[in-house]
Amino acid sequence: MQHLVIIGNGIAGITTARNVRKQSDMKITVISSETKYFFSRTALMYIYMGHMRFEDTKPYEDWFWEKNRINLIYAHVDKIDTYNKSLSLNNGGSITYDKLVVSTGSHSNKFGWPGQELPGVQGLFTKQDLDMLEQNTQNVKNAVIVGGGLIGIELAEMLHTRGIHVTFLIRENYYWDNILPKEDSQLICKEILQHGMDLFLKTNLKEILAGDDGRVRAVTTENGDEIECQFVGLTPGVHPNIDVVKDSNIETGRGVLVNDYLETNIPDVYAAGDCVEIKATKEGASNRFEQLWYTGRMHGEALANTICGNRTKYERGIWFNSAKFIDIEYQTYGFVSNVQREGEQTFLWQDEMMKHSLRIVYRENDKSIVGINVFGIRLRHKIFEEWIRDKKTVDYAVQNLLQANFDPEFFKKFEPQILEAFKKQNSETEKAFA
Amino acid sequence: MEPLKIENLKIYKPNNNLELIKKTGLSILAFGFLMLFVSLTGISATAPLLFLFLSFGLIIIGALIYIIPTYKESPPGIKNNKIFFNTFTSRGSIALFIGIIITGFYILLYWFPNLLVNWIRLLDPISYNLRGIKADQWFLYGTFYTIAVLVMGVRMLIKYRHNRYQIIRTLSVMFFQLGFAYLIPALLLKLNQPEFYFSYFWPLHYDYLFPNTVHYLIEHPGGLGYFMVFWGAVLTFVATPILTYFFGKRWYCSWVCGCGGLAETAGDSYRHLSNNSLKAWKIERWMIHSVLVFIVVTTALLWINSAMKGAVLGDVSLTFSKVYGFLIGSIFSGVVGVGFYPIMGNRVWCRFGCPMAATLGIIQKFKSRFRITTNGSQCISCGNCSTYCEMGIDVRAYAQRGENIVRASCVGCGICSAVCPRGVLKLENENPNQRVNFEG
Repeated sequence: MQHLVIIGNGIAGITTARNVRKQSDMKITVISSETKYFFSRTALMYIYMGHMRFEDTKPYEDWFWEKNRINLIYAHVDKIDTYNKSLSLNNGGSITYDKLVVSTGSHSNKFGWPGQELPGVQGLFTKQDLDMLEQNTQNVKNAVIVGGGLIGIELAEMLHTRGIHVTFLIRENYYWDNILPKEDSQLICKEILQHGMDLFLKTNLKEILAGDDGRVRAVTTENGDEIECQFVGLTPGVHPNIDVVKDSNIETGRGVLVNDYLETNIPDVYAAGDCVEIKATKEGASNRFEQLWYTGRMHGEALANTICGNRTKYERGIWFNSAKFIDIEYQTYGFVSNVQREGEQTFLWQDEMMKHSLRIVYRENDKSIVGINVFGIRLRHKIFEEWIRDKKTVDYAVQNLLQANFDPEFFKKFEPQILEAFKKQNSETEKAFA
Repeated sequence: MEPLKIENLKIYKPNNNLELIKKTGLSILAFGFLMLFVSLTGISATAPLLFLFLSFGLIIIGALIYIIPTYKESPPGIKNNKIFFNTFTSRGSIALFIGIIITGFYILLYWFPNLLVNWIRLLDPISYNLRGIKADQWFLYGTFYTIAVLVMGVRMLIKYRHNRYQIIRTLSVMFFQLGFAYLIPALLLKLNQPEFYFSYFWPLHYDYLFPNTVHYLIEHPGGLGYFMVFWGAVLTFVATPILTYFFGKRWYCSWVCGCGGLAETAGDSYRHLSNNSLKAWKIERWMIHSVLVFIVVTTALLWINSAMKGAVLGDVSLTFSKVYGFLIGSIFSGVVGVGFYPIMGNRVWCRFGCPMAATLGIIQKFKSRFRITTNGSQCISCGNCSTYCEMGIDVRAYAQRGENIVRASCVGCGICSAVCPRGVLKLENENPNQRVNFEG
């Protein structure tokens, strides 16, 4: 019987394992040194906030793995030997495989700031990070968070629920503005301020200072300010965790290099999830890093087919993503660039309270929609996927928006307002051309 | 360098005045409870209205003073912060304490009401006004119950002030408790009519279709009794299937029912304690359907016996109904159903015992437009939905597969949809043919 070994039990590795089991009887082993059982990484924040316990974040009950004959090993892989197809584990054991999947996830970025290794300074990615956060934030009154991405705002919300005052340092002009257009980002900036946090834009961290006890005491910025704090969260993004493959002959760049089939340069060795770097196939395009829950799951689904003999290209289809910025839910379908691209137009509606926002980006020539960013309104995934695939026009989308509404019953409907704003914008455009 | 500022923005910051107001409320509440216990001695007879105010009055006022300012603490949104750290809500010592108090209260109420006689006397003024007769243990119970639903309903309204489904639904359960389960039955008594609860039907209110009750209602002078029997039968056999077909079980369980009303208001802080393992689901299916069979058999036996004038079955059917009343009616639905809120969650009775929920569930499962729709592939498997499902449904197991949720036990409270951080879940009554979208 073939033996499939998967390193890493995150969403990519586990989706691979589950989908292989659906199609095949091969022996499956999943190795992780983070936790024995699969949990939802996106839910770590809720454990700290007291919304859930760790066991509530496990998507499958513990009996599930044995029942589905997925063997779990709680250990760290030290070395991959692709010649003998064997792995050595930190508990002294070794294990041989016929097929290997590397799905080791990410590491938090650190940019060599002085003081970044001090006690009381950390990132947030693993379960171990969460446990450390619990220790590090005992008796903390003021915290500084450096880096305005998704993990940064989650960490801010987490600390806020413990009564810790948060100061947010963001290098960019606006929160997450390498992804979000300015007005969308402003909505989130407002949300951050409303919760009583301080937000410094265009501010770079210079140094983290230690107190007499050796723990973090303050940070200084490149503008020369000093901000007192007993905790520093470093959340300037993540990079692929390739520690275990570095010393093997598996080809790496910044991540584990794979083709569109998630195959590495070594036969029978694959990679999936955050840790991969997908080689560009088109001339001039750059390699892709996909470090989202959803992409991890889609990698796993495609890869399982390939492993079971039905070689399947990973295609991410029409892009989608979602997040929650403290109290504001966000969904995106298709592609919305942070800065409007050549040949594209934008329709934007925001409510007065800056709690709801809808942006549709469409092509100038045929008015077909390219993408949508929506805040505070839930939209149906399937409908927008269809509309974008079928190149529906922006007029069609705005007029039929109610069809796509996914808010709970009785919620206020903003669609009439949105349609009104759309008509107004159109008539202004016409006037401008007249 | 200055932090970003936005003009005229309402900012929520820790507020000492608010803490002071809340503590004042708690003190008044505690004093009210103290006076309530003092009243047990009978001293309240010396000044009934004063003690009524000092106990029941101050409990309500204190609780509201504590609850109402919470809306100023943080912007509207899902704030289940520290629920699993708080000893009150995480099966800690305070939870145990409250569980014992409530359980004890039910035991006294059902089997030793004479020990509560001074509380009952305390309510005489209200009872005379509303019902025209003196108070009894059930009026005491009804008053406590209604206060709990209304006061904790206010808490629910504030907690979910951003969610109109929750607001309307909470107002509905408050309305039905106050009107249909408290004022109308009281008014009927005052008018010399049978005390009748129009919001309860067989098999939940199991004796409404027992021969004794039916005969009593029909024979009651005035003719209103005929309407009550008609109402009860129509609601059970006609309205229930129709309404459940169109709206799912929720039209009753989380919008009208008194048991549901208490669970959704006073019990809201305990919804995350419902066990959502597969094992619990298996036990649930056995138990709830057994109770349904038990009550159907009991009712049938009573009617056969009544028709035969006791010739064949003798006392057997009476024994059946007595055992049912003791085991299910009192112990299960009352003592365990509410007393164990802080330990087993707020829907123990509804989930494992209620025969009405069982019938509604069967209809909902097999013939209804209701479902919880999953939004494409947006689920992140976080588990908030499963954790906060009071019926212990593993909602995530469906959502993460992109599958709609069609389950007999779902009462349609809508909290899974509310706590979902990615907008994945929506309660809908739509085309029944597209209800199940199993993709494997």
